[in-house]
Amino acid sequence: MTSRPDAAARLAHHSWRPPSARVAVVTLASAGVAVAACLLAPLAGSTSISLSRAFDWSLPWATNVDAQIFFVARLPRVLAAALVGAALASAGVVFQALLRNPLATPFTLGISAGAALGAMLALTFGGVLASAAWATVPAASFLGASGAVLVVYLLSVARHRGFSTNVLLLAGVTLNSLLSALILLVQYFADMTRALQTMRWLLGDLDVASYDPILAALPMLIVACGTFVWLQRSLNLLALGEDHAAGRGLDVLRVQRMAFFSASLATGAAVSIGGPIGFVGIVVPHLVRLLVGADHRLVVPASLGFGAAFLVGCDLVSRTIIAPIELPVGIVTALIGGPFFLWLLVRNT
Amino acid sequence: MTPQPRRRDAATPRVRRPRVRRPELQFRHSIAFVLLLVLAAWLAVVGAQAPPQRIVSLVPAATEILFAIGAGPRVVAVSSYDHEPPEVERLPRVGALLDPDLERILGLRPDLAVIYGTQHDLRQQLTRAGVPMVGYTHGGLADVTAAIRALGERTGTSSTANDVAGRIERDLAATRARVSGRQTPRVLLVFGREPGTLRNLYASGGVGFLHDMLGIAGGSNVFADQKRESVQATAEMLLASAPDVVIELHVDGSSPADLSPWQALPALPAVQKGRIVALTGTDLVTAGPRVATATERLAKAIHPGAF
Repeated sequence: MTSRPDAAARLAHHSWRPPSARVAVVTLASAGVAVAACLLAPLAGSTSISLSRAFDWSLPWATNVDAQIFFVARLPRVLAAALVGAALASAGVVFQALLRNPLATPFTLGISAGAALGAMLALTFGGVLASAAWATVPAASFLGASGAVLVVYLLSVARHRGFSTNVLLLAGVTLNSLLSALILLVQYFADMTRALQTMRWLLGDLDVASYDPILAALPMLIVACGTFVWLQRSLNLLALGEDHAAGRGLDVLRVQRMAFFSASLATGAAVSIGGPIGFVGIVVPHLVRLLVGADHRLVVPASLGFGAAFLVGCDLVSRTIIAPIELPVGIVTALIGGPFFLWLLVRNT
Repeated sequence: MTPQPRRRDAATPRVRRPRVRRPELQFRHSIAFVLLLVLAAWLAVVGAQAPPQRIVSLVPAATEILFAIGAGPRVVAVSSYDHEPPEVERLPRVGALLDPDLERILGLRPDLAVIYGTQHDLRQQLTRAGVPMVGYTHGGLADVTAAIRALGERTGTSSTANDVAGRIERDLAATRARVSGRQTPRVLLVFGREPGTLRNLYASGGVGFLHDMLGIAGGSNVFADQKRESVQATAEMLLASAPDVVIELHVDGSSPADLSPWQALPALPAVQKGRIVALTGTDLVTAGPRVATATERLAKAIHPGAF
């Protein structure tokens, strides 16, 4: 797994100028893959619907079941999968560059556990909030993720001038375990149904059934992914090591901070939509590097596109393979992503 | 075998000596044997007749049954999830399905433990400790009355138990008769979802006491063909199932349930007809002695005109 920094080093030394044509091709191709997935996926589902009826605007909306299945059940779900997949895959790229660790994922630094604790609290004390006319779980999971991010960040800057990625990694991993223990504690005192619901939430669920959670998370996702694109070149330098990057005139501290907060924002927003869906943030970046190399100017846009397509595809499998019942999407990403990642590992070494 | 000394060599003293002590030994043996027999007989008679005096129940439904059939005063401990009847609130808690507290259970010296049929480890441990037990398994509605009668027999309250079970069967039959002849609407029976949205929604499948109750209450379960107790229903499944009535079961009634998320699916006949009902109470989720009244509540929600 050491091939990536080497490749990045070669790249930084030999081809500093961006191969702009290649960037354009890769960006357009991955965007095309994502759009194609989004257009095709809503056509299939657990039930068969008549597309002509679904798109027949002369029928009244309120009684047009086919249109509602298409526009209320499937389309938001596919869009949610695309956004979550793009966010998790690109956040994985940024975390791997920031921590200089190919095994880093969007959930390495305790975000998933923080989000899960938030969701668990909202579910357990949901009875108190049952009259709330808004979805409490996405908001609570986002708050939980933000809390975990803040704690990890404060720990990493506490006793250092600047920012220690080592402390960041250790603090994140420790916080993950600590928060997991808290989750088990809350779960222990919650009743069985709530515990089951949290378990299910942890496996990821993209059945949003409305556009509200997507719209709520969209501004954060746009800001985060915009920052990723802006950071592409800095990430190339950061992947070489802090000293090397600083020697090349990079404001390392500032880039690290921006990378950390933007990737955390993307992850938190993604988790608020679909729960902590595993494997997307590690499989897609590595697959993309295999296809386009280690240059972040290619890896970031390709991860956005392929991440979206990957999760849309996994969700399609999850809702059709044992229809009308469906598999949790986290099981599908793990079952597809796990063996694939192992194959990648063996192949590279 | 009588102690007949052998006559072959009666004059020899060295064989005589042991023979002097032999009848005495045999006498002691027979005394011990008779005593053992008496003890065994006493144990058999007493064991069969004396009902358990110290009962531990890890199953809320079984606890309710024990109290309903008159064995309540002999219940010495219940599970962490027991709240019915109110008398159980003062009883010690000894864990539940996943975390039974063996030490506390044994410390209470129970002579009967009612445990889940799936608690295999606990069953082994209690067997080793010599605690008699009854395994309880949730099933259909018929299993509830069967469990009431079985617990009655086990606790020596058969006649009360038969009365209770018989009354439940009569009440269920009365509810069935009351709604018979009416059109059977398609009913979605929801027992959990995330607050404020229709996500993470669980509904009754085509197996289990809730499904059976729905049938008696004159409703047709939209997920009857899913042969499992609970179904996680996605928005697409909800739209495709087209329920005429949606009934949400809420255990905690501390605040009114918010049913507005259903407006996100206007194609549901239940939404169009405004037939989304929230029922609150533990009676609807406990396969215990309240199943008949709970079924009647369901029937009232599905067929308000019949009552």
